[in-house]
Amino acid sequence: MSGKTLYEKLWQSHLVEERDNDSGLIYIDRQLIHEVTSPQAFEGLRLANRQPWRVDANFAVPDHNVPTELHERSGGVAGIADPISRLQVQTLDDNCRDFQILEFQINDVRQGIVHVVGPEQGVTLPGMTIVCGDSHTSTHGALGAMAQGIGTSEVEHVMATQCLVQQKMKNMLVRVDGTLQTGVTAKDVVLAVIGEIGTAGGNNHAIEFGGEVVRALSMEGRMTICNMAIEAGARVGLIAVDDTTIEYVKGRPFAPRGELWDQAVVAWRELHSDDDAHFDRVIELRGEDIAPQVTWGTSPEMVLPVDGIIPDPQLMENAGKRHAADRALEYMGLKAGMAISDIQLDTVFIGSCTNSRIEDLRAAAAVVKGKKVASTVKRALVVPGSGQIKKQAEEEGLDKIFIEAGLEWREPGCSMCLAMNSDKLGAGEHCASTSNRNFEGRQGFGGRTHLVSPAMAAAAAVAGHFVDVRNW
Amino acid sequence: MKSFTVLEGLVAPMDRANVDTDLIIPKQFLKSIKRSGFGPYLFDEVRYMDQGEPGQDCTHRPRNPEFALNKPRYQGARILLARENFGCGSSREHAPWALEDFGIHCIIAPSFADIFYNNCFKNGILPVELAPAVVDQLFQEMYENEGYSLVVDLSSQRVETPTGETISFAVDEFRKHCLLNGLDDIGLTLNSADAIRSYEQKWRKQSPWLFDVVGV
Repeated sequence: MSGKTLYEKLWQSHLVEERDNDSGLIYIDRQLIHEVTSPQAFEGLRLANRQPWRVDANFAVPDHNVPTELHERSGGVAGIADPISRLQVQTLDDNCRDFQILEFQINDVRQGIVHVVGPEQGVTLPGMTIVCGDSHTSTHGALGAMAQGIGTSEVEHVMATQCLVQQKMKNMLVRVDGTLQTGVTAKDVVLAVIGEIGTAGGNNHAIEFGGEVVRALSMEGRMTICNMAIEAGARVGLIAVDDTTIEYVKGRPFAPRGELWDQAVVAWRELHSDDDAHFDRVIELRGEDIAPQVTWGTSPEMVLPVDGIIPDPQLMENAGKRHAADRALEYMGLKAGMAISDIQLDTVFIGSCTNSRIEDLRAAAAVVKGKKVASTVKRALVVPGSGQIKKQAEEEGLDKIFIEAGLEWREPGCSMCLAMNSDKLGAGEHCASTSNRNFEGRQGFGGRTHLVSPAMAAAAAVAGHFVDVRNW
Repeated sequence: MKSFTVLEGLVAPMDRANVDTDLIIPKQFLKSIKRSGFGPYLFDEVRYMDQGEPGQDCTHRPRNPEFALNKPRYQGARILLARENFGCGSSREHAPWALEDFGIHCIIAPSFADIFYNNCFKNGILPVELAPAVVDQLFQEMYENEGYSLVVDLSSQRVETPTGETISFAVDEFRKHCLLNGLDDIGLTLNSADAIRSYEQKWRKQSPWLFDVVGV
C-alpha cells in the first residue's frame, strides 16, 4: 500500500463519518467570514432558529466593500458613502454581535483582506480544515491547511454543524524544481502553471505545490501560489509544512504558546506527502524556464512571458479556444501579433489577497524607488492587505517611496481586485494588476485587466507599458 | 431546500467556454443582503448594453440583441446549454440564485467548475455533465429547431430529446437523494450530531490548540 498525500492525511484526520463513493462528513476547524457571502447564511440560521455549533471556530472581517480612501474610511461604517455597501458591512457587524463571533471591524488595525488576516493573526494554522465563502480561501493551503471556498448555503451549514459533506478530491502534484531568475516571483510561477494546465486543469483535484522552487519561497510567496490554485480550477491548494512554515506561525497572536506550541509543532511536522504517495497527475516545471508573466486575455490561462507576442486565434486548432481568443482580443482591444511590451497602461493596481503582503510591497517599492509614474498612467494604487501590513510598510518607509513616485497609498481592503467599492476601472482602460482574475468586467465595466507580479506592475507604472523587470 | 424531479423545458444556449461567475452575476449585485431578486441582472454585462446597478428597474434598459437569452425564440427557457468549465471563478452562490430566479433549473455542459456545481444542488438546480460530443450534438439540434426542448429526469438520470433519444448522465447518489426530495441538508447532518460530538471530543484531545482560541 502506498503512502498518503498531504491532502489524504488532512482528509483522514477530519473525517467524522465515512459515506459511499469516497465521500464523507468532514469536520471544519475554522470558518472565516466576510460581509458579502454571509448575510444570507446568518438569516438562514435565524429562520431555522439554529445557533452556531461552535462560536469560537468563527472569525469575521469586512473586506470586499470597504472604502480605501482615508477621507471615506475614517468615518468607519457610518462613513461608507454607498448605502448598499454600508448596509452590508453594518449587517456583518450586527450579525457578529448577535452571534458573539469575533470580528475585526473596519477600522481595527487587524482588519484587512480575510486571506491576508487569517495567516497573519495565526487564526490560520497548519493542519486545519478552513472554509470561507470566498474562492480564494485556497490561499491558506500554503500553511499546510485544507482550505477551500464554499457557497453561502455551505457557510450556513458549517455555522450550524461545524461540518461539510464532501466528495474526496483527486491528487495533483505540481513540482517546480531548479531556481528562479532574478525578478521572477511566485506570481509568475503560478501564472505559468495556469498557462500550462488551463483554468479547468485542476477541477476535482487538490493541487499540492512542491519542488525546490516552492521550498525556497517565503510564506508570502507560497500564499500567492496557493491563492491562485482556484484559477487553475482547484478548490484546494497545498504546500507541505517545513521550517519556513513553523517560523512564520510562531508568535502570531492566535497561535498556540508554551507547551501547546511544542505539541502542535510535533503534529505539524507530519504535514507533508509521504515519499511513496500516489498522485493522480504530476506536472513538472523548471524554475529557470519561467519568465515574468503577463495575461493578455480574459481568462488567467491566456498568459504569456513578457517578451511574448499575442497569438493569432486563426492558428488555433481547437474551435472553442479560437472562439474564446477572438472574443478576448476584441474585448481587450488587442491584435494578434502585437508584442506584450507594446500594451500601454492606464491604471496600475498593486494589492489583493494574491499580492498585498509586505514582501509584495517591498518588491514594488524597490522598483519605483527614486522614479516617477509615467505621465500616461492615470492612476496607480497601492492597497496593503491589512492594517498590520500598512503599519509595517510605513515603519519601513515604503509609503513615502510610493507617494514620491506618484502612486496612491490606500487603506486596506479588496479594492480594485473586484471593484465592489469605489476603486474601479473605466471602460476600455488597461490595468496592470497584481490581482487574480482578468475576467470581463471584473475590475469595472469594460475594464481590461492584465495580471502580473508586484514588481512587474511597478515597472509598468514607471514605463507606461509592460517591461521586463529582469532588465530593470 | 428546493427539489428537482422531472423538468421539461425550452433550451437556450450559452455558447462559450469558461463562463465565470462574474459574468453570471457581476459584483455590484453582490452587495445585496438578500437571497432573491437577482434574475433581472443575470448575465448583466452581456445581456444589456449599459452598466447595471443594484436595485435598478431593468424594464427599459437597452438590451443586447445578439445575446441569446434576449432573442424571442429563447424566451421562457428553463434549460441552459453551455460549454466547458461553466461557473468557474468566484464561489458566489448569487450565481445559481440569479439563474434560478431567472427561471433556469437545469444546466447541461461538458464540465462544471467545482464550487458552482456544488452550489447548484443547494438551490434546486440540476447541473448535468454530458460528453463533449453529445453536448455538440445538442447544440446543433437546438440551433436547427426553434422551440427545441428537452426532458430531464433526475430519478432515472436521463435526458430525452424531442426525437425520443435518451442520454443518461451520472450524479452522486447523496446529492440526487437530497435534490429529489428537497431535503434540508443541515437537518440531515444534524442527524449525525452524536458522531460530530464524539469526533470533536477526540480531536480536541489530539489537537487542543485548535480549541478555546484566545488571541493576545
